[in-house]
Amino acid sequence: MKFLVCISNVPDTTTKITFTPDNKEFNKAGVQFVINPWDEYALTRAIELKEAAGGTVTVLNVGEADTEPNIRKALAIGADDAIRVNAAPKDAFFVAEQIAAVAKEGAYDVILMGKESIDYNGFQVHGMVGEMLSIPTVAPAMKLDLSGNTATLEREIEGGKEIVTVNTPFVASCQQPMCEPRIPNMRGIMTARTKPLKVIEPVGEAPRTEVTEFMLPPKKQGVKLIPAETAGDLIKLLRNEAKVI
Amino acid sequence: MSVLVVVECADGEVKKSSLEVASYGAEVAAMLGTTATAIAVGEATEANLATLGEQGITKVLYDAEPRLKDFVNNAYTKLIATAAEQEQAKVIVLANSNIGAAVGSRLSVRLKASLATNVVELPKVNGDQFVVRRGAFSGKAFSDVVLSGDRKIIAVKKNSTEAKHEAGKSAEVTSFSAQLADADFADAPTQVVMQEQTGGVLLPEAELVVSGGRGMKGPENWSLIEDLAKALGAATACSKPVSDVDWRPHHEHVGQTGITVSPNLYIACGISGAIQHLAGVNSSKVIVVINKDPEAPFFKAADYGIVGDVFDVLPKLTAAVKELG
Repeated sequence: MKFLVCISNVPDTTTKITFTPDNKEFNKAGVQFVINPWDEYALTRAIELKEAAGGTVTVLNVGEADTEPNIRKALAIGADDAIRVNAAPKDAFFVAEQIAAVAKEGAYDVILMGKESIDYNGFQVHGMVGEMLSIPTVAPAMKLDLSGNTATLEREIEGGKEIVTVNTPFVASCQQPMCEPRIPNMRGIMTARTKPLKVIEPVGEAPRTEVTEFMLPPKKQGVKLIPAETAGDLIKLLRNEAKVI
Repeated sequence: MSVLVVVECADGEVKKSSLEVASYGAEVAAMLGTTATAIAVGEATEANLATLGEQGITKVLYDAEPRLKDFVNNAYTKLIATAAEQEQAKVIVLANSNIGAAVGSRLSVRLKASLATNVVELPKVNGDQFVVRRGAFSGKAFSDVVLSGDRKIIAVKKNSTEAKHEAGKSAEVTSFSAQLADADFADAPTQVVMQEQTGGVLLPEAELVVSGGRGMKGPENWSLIEDLAKALGAATACSKPVSDVDWRPHHEHVGQTGITVSPNLYIACGISGAIQHLAGVNSSKVIVVINKDPEAPFFKAADYGIVGDVFDVLPKLTAAVKELG
């Protein structure tokens, strides 16, 4: 079984978000980048399935050279090799084109990624890749098991879940509680240095969307405190002042 | 040319988020000088679909194929793509739901459309330029995005726009068939399992949310949260540490790596307000924080606060709600 796991390089979850002076780009200065937390579920589950039934796990990232530390981290966690498409990820469609091209070329059976990236929150790439390759997509998946070429997945729906069975090849976007994401151990870090990391150039059409401006949410006016002894007064304020109940 | 709105139904009713989407689509249609047609998916009744006229929908297409009752990605994509071609839709609007995101992304490739998800307000249309504002960085920021090309797909974030109701207006419901074949249902679910919802309110669609953190000290104390939620008609939620230790199911986890919500009222009980949690809730209209630590960072993001013990404050709030009647 050939697994392809797509990872994005995103600001750490504790990052305070700021933008460049023209508000057109995210300000990377002093920011720690990590593997997108949702992608960690995809990566760990692929490694677990490989360990159980054999196969290879390839990590794919669309990004410039500064994403390589996190690609090495994915290799240290247990992926076998990696591919970096040498381009800034311009929009979801552009990224999906790169993934589809790699998946087709390498004839991967299972293409996994996180539910969405925590920076652009597109939640789009999985479906685009599935459609480009004319294969099923299951998104967002909370559970993934493989038996031969047949996968059984739990897909989250609002208020519940669906059990879906698909044959390989397929795409799934992953989220908790699929597995407990692994962290690299010392041996993994040592072996990751010599694992193959191939850099390829991007393919495809022009992006279909363009960000013209970023902005921060409006600041709150300040908190109105109600003494704990008369906590019930809060309910009156919510009805008469805030008018939300 | 028209605007096509994807309306999700369950148990015969149109979902609240789809009423918002229907209103949104009708307003976009008015901007473009055309009308809005809806394509219904899920289990619907003709009478309920006709009421989409109140949101400004002119015509509703409905395929009564029974296998469309549950979500099937391939079949839904083909159904909506067929409707979009028939109606020559230039703009397709859907909810930023698990269904909307799954179908919207496939549709964008099939129909060669540009796609924006997580959209929070009406587009700005200026000649050929079409700009939408969407949430980014998991609730920590917004971005304005230009959608290029002849066809656009917009997935609207729940609770970020209001559903209009113009009483008495009715939409024409037309039967529609996309000639779906067995192969289109190859990825149909073999089983659908629904969870119990507190007071029957779904968290992603809820207008009122009561949420608990580690300050609740254990799952056995959640009745305090549930009692207030039931009295208010609110959904229940929790912080990440709480779902990590399985005090509450993960689908209640609100935050950067859980779900982001934008209810009218978010009441946080015993949650300190880590930056990852704030990201998931800061588009709530009114935030109430109850915490015994006056230095809890959440108070800075709150509209109302009570510095006190949740075990003492929550019963008082529940009693006060019941008094209001």
